[in-house]
Amino acid sequence: MSGPDDLDRLREGLRAGAPAPDPAARAEALRRAMESFDARQDLGRAARQGRDRRKKAGFRAGVRAMFLRLTSRPALAATASFAVLAVGAWIVTGPPGPVEFPALKPSPDVLGYGEDSSPAVRPAPSAAPSLAAESTVQPAQEGFTAMPGVVAKRSAEPLVQDQRPQFGGGDTFAAFDPNTLKVAADEPVSTFSIDVDTASWSWVRGSLNLGQLPSPASVRLEEMVNYFRYSYPAPEAGEAPFRPDIAVMPTPWNSGTQLVRIGLQGRLPDPVARPPVNLVFLIDTSGSMEGPERLGLLKYAFRQLIGQLGDTDKVAIVAYAGSAGEVLSPTPATDRATILAALDSLRAGGSTAGGAGLELAYKLAERMGGKGSVNRVVLATDGDFNVGLSSTTDLAAYVAEKRKTGVYLSVLGFGRGNLNDAVMQALAQSGNGTAAYIDSAAEARKVLADQVGAALFPIAGDVKVQVEWNPAVVAEYRLLGYETRALRREEFSDDKVDAGDIGAGHQVTALYEVTPVGSPARLTDPLRYEAAPTGGPESEAGWLRLRYKAPGETVSALIEAPIPAGATDPDEDARFAAAIAGFAQLLTGGRYLHDWGWADVVALADEARGDDPFGYRAEAVRLMRLAEGLAGR
Amino acid sequence: MDTRDEILAQAAARGDRAAFAALVARHYDRLVGFAWRMTGSRAEAEDLAQDICVALPRKLAGWRAEARFTTWLYRVAVNAAHDRRRRQAVRDRVASGWGDWELARQDAMAEDRAAQDWLTQAMALLPDDLRETVALVLGEELTQAQAAEVLGISEGTVAWRMSEVKRRLRAVAAEEAKA
Repeated sequence: MSGPDDLDRLREGLRAGAPAPDPAARAEALRRAMESFDARQDLGRAARQGRDRRKKAGFRAGVRAMFLRLTSRPALAATASFAVLAVGAWIVTGPPGPVEFPALKPSPDVLGYGEDSSPAVRPAPSAAPSLAAESTVQPAQEGFTAMPGVVAKRSAEPLVQDQRPQFGGGDTFAAFDPNTLKVAADEPVSTFSIDVDTASWSWVRGSLNLGQLPSPASVRLEEMVNYFRYSYPAPEAGEAPFRPDIAVMPTPWNSGTQLVRIGLQGRLPDPVARPPVNLVFLIDTSGSMEGPERLGLLKYAFRQLIGQLGDTDKVAIVAYAGSAGEVLSPTPATDRATILAALDSLRAGGSTAGGAGLELAYKLAERMGGKGSVNRVVLATDGDFNVGLSSTTDLAAYVAEKRKTGVYLSVLGFGRGNLNDAVMQALAQSGNGTAAYIDSAAEARKVLADQVGAALFPIAGDVKVQVEWNPAVVAEYRLLGYETRALRREEFSDDKVDAGDIGAGHQVTALYEVTPVGSPARLTDPLRYEAAPTGGPESEAGWLRLRYKAPGETVSALIEAPIPAGATDPDEDARFAAAIAGFAQLLTGGRYLHDWGWADVVALADEARGDDPFGYRAEAVRLMRLAEGLAGR
Repeated sequence: MDTRDEILAQAAARGDRAAFAALVARHYDRLVGFAWRMTGSRAEAEDLAQDICVALPRKLAGWRAEARFTTWLYRVAVNAAHDRRRRQAVRDRVASGWGDWELARQDAMAEDRAAQDWLTQAMALLPDDLRETVALVLGEELTQAQAAEVLGISEGTVAWRMSEVKRRLRAVAAEEAKA
């Protein structure tokens, strides 16, 4: 068999093999399309002002907006919106610091899909009110209580994503054109919303680990930079909830320009304020759990959760299938390696013996429970819960009984097909928890990562950054990243315009590349008839303004700080951030990098690794080398 | 009523509900077919097509009538597939649909097994960019120029990709012959 035949054969296969569309799927898709169309028409009427944004619609909207962030990065380019969602890519491998609490996201429902038009999050008919009430009292449990009874239905969850824009802000990924150079005299003010999302890093890492250069559209500079932790000074008690830290340094890739780094450090979470959390994962490893959308997703989901836990928290794992067994004895949540290894060792096989597993899990949880701690069994199953404890009713009674001892139960459903929603609901309701259905990574993050931590301590909302450059000092400037976060100048002071939020302990880093007046690196020629730039004092390159709202407030507060002119020697953090910014630019073409290349970025990052206790920076260097190899291929 | 795609698309972009309905109904089957050619999985294809349908009203707002509607739609579909792959990579589903063939097959309807297996192997062998190109050129029977327009690459690149596909298939055939 040789060439031409192969192509013909391929053609025949592809022409003949395509399945006839399933009428039900077709009808469903068309119905969804019309729903989406109608929602958009509504949006058009509702949001004529303030670009395509609507005022925040509370937590739910935030959660939905989170999906948007998670699943459809490109979409944001089109709407220039600010559903800043804290889904750390770090979650995949764990937070660099001991406790990370991504911010709660009461973000605007960017596309204006109304609260009621989303099939995403359907409260369970009966469980919702009481559970919701409880979650306000015991925030540490919100991870499982805030999202009651997500209905387990094929395509119920994907639609959450599907209703959101999914791909491409424009027709193609070209919507992601990097920020271009601005002339300070023409456009001295640069405004954007903060972004604490770090998801882009995991995409980039995933691609590179697969041996592919990431698509440029998936490379979001600010998210990559924000993935890493920097040692910014934390605000003192009584001060504003976050504090800017400004550094100016020579640009690694251009000797004629400077990098201005603006770092924001959110107030650190008060470790005293949160009770320790003890979790026992009760994991169904029966044969039916086989497969990436079940056990695979489950492992992923629990990795998310573990990423949210701190050094006072403990985790244990019980598997049940055929016989129940303790896979991991109570282990401090900080011992991530041990926990992840135990998770990874789980294999599906055998039949289900849920009852014995449940008893064992409770036994462990009771043992782990300390004074004032939150103790919870997290049951993960595809619903095939063959109960040793005879019936659902008995099981529920057992769970309710255990609840009195202070151990609660949450149920996570996986997979399609034999999910037993009734049992899940019954168990969760009896156990002071709720059932959630995990059918996608996004859902896993939402249920297990964001809400657990993020809902706990939002410290500032609608955080906007505005820099006014001094044209007497700065000729040109360029904001690195934050393309999808751009705000108009007048939106900075408009408290109705939504922006990103900061949670306790969050960090946000923004970088500007600025060309000083008189620098040979200036790319635009000064105009002949342009008035000589006037400006403020020559010691100031610019003026930083930050606006934020304290939780619950509707009026924003202002923080201001000068940006000094003149570069100083950067510390390791600043150099590393610059290296990541360079990395992101190399992955997206690097039009401002001149001949600065892969070898340079590797060298810069490598020497700026500094104190890297979790190995994240080392990993970054490794990925840069990988990318260098792929790019050079 | 002028029912050319382009006219309908413009009307839909302006908010004409009937035009939008007609447009989606007209192209849904094509979308599923193309999605299947890119992914190799029926379920994936249906999900992808639905993704696209739902996103279409928003995407249409950006419709500039610069290209034929079908060209534009293919481009939307290719981007949607990219996006979906990226999401799947994130959730540890490293392989794309063709790679997940074993899984997909379990769900699959009765299909011509022998033919499919060769096709599956062949498609699984190709990296994403080649597979997309093949799906457009062989599956959708676009000309190389049309495929180039969809993919935003030059015609030469499409030609190169097709010759690369040929080369790879030949290499496999040779491998098989040896074995």
